[in-house]
Amino acid sequence: MDLIFEQSVTSRQGFGLPISDVPVKASLPSRYLRETPADLPEVSELDVVRHYTRLSQLNFSVDANFYPLGSCTMKYNPRFTERVAGMPGFSDLHPLLPQLKGGERYVQGALEVLFESERWLCEIAGMKAFTLQPLAGAHGELTGVMLMAAYHKAKGNRKKFIIIPDSAHGTNPASAAIAGYDIVSVPSDRNGVMDIEKLAEVLTPECAGLMMTSPDTHGVFNSRIDEISRMVHAVDGIMYYDGANLNAILGRCRPGDLGFDVVHINLHKTFATPHGGGGPGAGPVGVSARLEPFLPVSRVVRCSDGTYALNYNYPDSIGYVASFYGAFGIVIRAYAYMLMLGGDGLKQTSAHAVLNANYLRSRLKEAYYLPFDRVCMHECLFSASRQAQRGVHAIDIAKFLIDRKIHPPTVYFPLTVKEAVMIEPTETESKATMDGFVDVMLEADRLSRIDPSSFKSLPRTMPISRPDEVKAARELKVNYFSGESKA
Amino acid sequence: MNPYIPNTEQDVASMLATIGVSSIEDLFVDIAPRHAPVSFDLPPGLSEYEVMRRFTALAGKNSQGLVPFIGGGYYDHYVPAACPALISRGEFFTAYTPYQPECSQGTLQALFEFQSMICTLTGMDVANASLYEGGTALYEAMMMAIRITGRRRVVIDGGVSPIYRKIIKSYTHNLDFEFVESPVAHGQADVAALSRLIDQSTAAVILQNPNFFGAIDDHAAIADLAHSAGALLIESVYPISLGLLKTPGAMGADIVTGEGQSLGLPLSFGGPYLGFIAARRKYIRQLPGRIVGQTIDTEGRRCFVNTLQAREQHIRREKATSNICTNVALCAVQAAIFMSLIGKNGLVRMAQLNLDKAEFARQEIGRIPGVEVKRSAPVFNEFAVCLPKDAGDVAEAMIAHGFAAGFPLGRYYPGMERYLLVAVTEKRSREEIEAYARALKTVLES
Repeated sequence: MDLIFEQSVTSRQGFGLPISDVPVKASLPSRYLRETPADLPEVSELDVVRHYTRLSQLNFSVDANFYPLGSCTMKYNPRFTERVAGMPGFSDLHPLLPQLKGGERYVQGALEVLFESERWLCEIAGMKAFTLQPLAGAHGELTGVMLMAAYHKAKGNRKKFIIIPDSAHGTNPASAAIAGYDIVSVPSDRNGVMDIEKLAEVLTPECAGLMMTSPDTHGVFNSRIDEISRMVHAVDGIMYYDGANLNAILGRCRPGDLGFDVVHINLHKTFATPHGGGGPGAGPVGVSARLEPFLPVSRVVRCSDGTYALNYNYPDSIGYVASFYGAFGIVIRAYAYMLMLGGDGLKQTSAHAVLNANYLRSRLKEAYYLPFDRVCMHECLFSASRQAQRGVHAIDIAKFLIDRKIHPPTVYFPLTVKEAVMIEPTETESKATMDGFVDVMLEADRLSRIDPSSFKSLPRTMPISRPDEVKAARELKVNYFSGESKA
Repeated sequence: MNPYIPNTEQDVASMLATIGVSSIEDLFVDIAPRHAPVSFDLPPGLSEYEVMRRFTALAGKNSQGLVPFIGGGYYDHYVPAACPALISRGEFFTAYTPYQPECSQGTLQALFEFQSMICTLTGMDVANASLYEGGTALYEAMMMAIRITGRRRVVIDGGVSPIYRKIIKSYTHNLDFEFVESPVAHGQADVAALSRLIDQSTAAVILQNPNFFGAIDDHAAIADLAHSAGALLIESVYPISLGLLKTPGAMGADIVTGEGQSLGLPLSFGGPYLGFIAARRKYIRQLPGRIVGQTIDTEGRRCFVNTLQAREQHIRREKATSNICTNVALCAVQAAIFMSLIGKNGLVRMAQLNLDKAEFARQEIGRIPGVEVKRSAPVFNEFAVCLPKDAGDVAEAMIAHGFAAGFPLGRYYPGMERYLLVAVTEKRSREEIEAYARALKTVLES
C-alpha cells in the first residue's frame, strides 16, 4: 500500500482552520524559525480516512480474529468502557487542575475513580496500597524494583542482585538491571516450576529479592510458593509478583497472602483494556505494609469529610515515576470492567480462562509435544519439536494459522522450551472457536507429515508474504525521508 | 455474573469430560486450600447501564466547562473528529504488538509513517515507535546519552519541565550519576552558566524549547558548547510549536524527545499520552523501544517489520537498551492521523494561530494595572505574567469566573509565587481572551 506521504498533492488540506479572529499578527525573529515546513502529508480528510481504514484492515485483532497469544491475555475488550473514558468530564480534564490551590475540588470524580480503582486492586491482590502511576507492565516492574531498592537503603541492607527464574519475561531482568542490580537466574525443574533446591544455593544475604510470575510462563502455579516466600524473607529479600498472568488466579489466591511484597498488574491483560497494537497499557503497583512508605507520589487519599485529595507529603517516597496519576484513560476502563464483573464475575473469569486452556491442552496433546504434561492454568505450553523433526518449525505453524485467519500463539517463548508454542485462549472465547482452532492445529500437524516443505511459502493469503527481516536490519530504513543506511 | 464468558453449562460439561476431570475446581489443584484468599470482599457485578450511570455521576463531580488557559506542557488543542473515529476501529484498537508482520501491516505501516513524521517535524534522522510520555521519554534520552558517551554527569537547564526533572531524579536516585541544574536567566537558558557547567565528564546537556516558561530560543550555540566538550545535546520539544520554530535538528541536537499529547490526544487527566524520541542516525542502535523498519517480502513487495530487535528486552534481557515493552502504539497512530489531517501547511497555520492569539492575550493582560508581562524572551503560545497578588489565589478566584486561568509557577519554582503561566491555543476565541482579561482585572481589583 502507498504511504500517506505518497498520496500528497501540493496544497491539498485535510482539515480547515479558521481565519484568525484576533487583531494581531505576531512574528518572530527569523533565527528562531524553521526554514521549511515539516514535510507532513498534503491530503484530504477522505484520503486520510480511507488510508487508515485500509491500513487497519491489514491487521488481525481480537475484534476480528481468535488471538491466543500466550502471556498477553488477549481477551475481548468491552466496548462500553470506551464510552466511559470518552465522557467529556474525564477526557477534557487537565492534569494540572488539581495542582492549583484548592484544585482537588474540581476533579473529585476523577480522584474517586483513582481511589476506588486502587481499593479494588488492593482487595484483588491482597496488598496494602497501590500506585496507579506506572504506564505499562515493564514500567511497573521498574517502579517495583525501585521500591525494593528504597526499602533496602532505608534498612541499611547491602544488596547486590535479584533472582529471576529462567522462564521469566525479558522485562524482568531488564528492569532489575536498569535499577542497578545484578541478575541471578534460577532454572526450572522437571515440573516446570522454579527449582527450589537451586534457589537455595544462590539465596545469600546479598539477594535484594526474587521476581516471579505466578503462574509462570510454563502455565504452572508453583504450589511451594509460600515456602519460597519464607526463604526469601529469611534473607530480608523482597518478593516481587509479576502480574502478567493474574488472570489465572483471580479470586483463587492473592499475591499478598502468598507472601509477595510488591506486585504489578497489567490492566491491558487481566482487566480487559485494549492493547492498541502495542499500548497504551497500564501497570499499577501494589505493596505490602513494609514497602508502603516508599510508594511514588502523588498518592490519592480520602479525607475525613469524604472528599478526595492528592498527597505529596511522604518523606520516604521514591518520588515521581510518571508525570501524573497514571494512564487515567486506561485506569478508568479497568475500573468500569471491575464494576461490571464484580467479585463473582472476576472469579468466573479465572475459572473459564483455566478451563479453556486445559481444554486446548487435552485436545492438542496427542499431536503436539507437551513439555510439562500436567494440569495447566490459564495458558498451556506446547513445543513444536515433533513437527520440527519433520522440518516444520513453530514459526511455520504460526504462518499456517495466519492463513486460516487465526493469530498465532506466542512462539519461541519462554526460552526454556525449544520450539515453544504458548497458547492462552482466555475466558472470552467459546468452545466452538477453540474447536475450530484445534482443527487447524491438527491439520497443520497432518500436513507436517505429508508435505513439510509446503509450509515455507506460507502465508499465501495475506497482503504480504514473509518479510526479509535481515534486510530490514542491515539496510535500516526507519524514516521515509531519509535513505537507507548500511549498518 | 460475567457477561463476557460464552461457555454454556453444556459446553463446560463436555470440556470437562474431554479434559477428564469432574469440575473446574479440580483444575486448580496446585492452589492449595492454605493459599485461599484471606479476603475477596468485592461487591456483585452491575449491568452495563448501571455502570454507565455511575460514571455519568462521577464525571459530573469534575469541573466541566472551565475555559482552559492552563498548559504547562499539556494543551487544549482541537482534535479533529476523524482522529478518534479512526483509532477506535477494532483492528487498531484490539490488536497487539506486531510480532507477526504478515497480519500486522496496518499497525506497522502506520508506525513507520509516525516515525517519519516525527523525523521531519524535529529535523532528525531516526525515530522510534513511541515511549510512554514526555517525562519518561526524556529519562530514556538521558540514559541513551550516558550509554553513548560512557560518562555519568548530566547538566539540566532549569527551564526543563520541573515534572520531567523530578522523574529523572527518581529514576537515577540510587545510581551513580551526577546532576547539575543550570538556573534560567531572564526566562531563557543561561549560556554563560552552562558553559561553566559543561565539562569533559558531561554526558549530556538537556534543554527544552519552548521552555517551561514558554520562552523560545535558538540553542545552536549551546549545541556547539556541548559538542566541543564531547557531550550530547538533548532537546525536549513541543510538537505544535515546530510548525514555526527552528528544529532541534537545525540547532545541532543529538537526541530529541517530547510529549505528543498536542498531536490529537485528549487531555484525559494525565494520560495515556505519547512520548517520542528521535536521534541522529549514528545513534540508532542505542535508541530504546520498538523501531519499525522497511523491507521487502519474498515477492519483493515493500513491507514493514519491527527491526533491530536485538536491542530489546525480549532478546537481550538484562543487556537491553531499555526495559520498555508495551509502549503507546495506538497514541502514535492517533498522532500520525492527526498530522496527516492537519498537513504540511495546516501545521504552520495552526502554529501561527497559537502565536497570534498568545500575543493578543499578552497585550490584553498587559494592559491590566499592576500586571507585568515578561518580554525578555519571545514566546510561542504560553507566557509568564507577574501579578500584584499570589498567583495561586488569583487562579483560584478565576475559577469562579469560569476560567482555568493558568498555572501558578510557585508550585515548582520557589520565589515565583506571584507568577502565573498562561497558555493560549488556537481554540481560544477573541471573546474568551477578552473575557479572561476582564475577569482577571476584576479579581485583581477585589
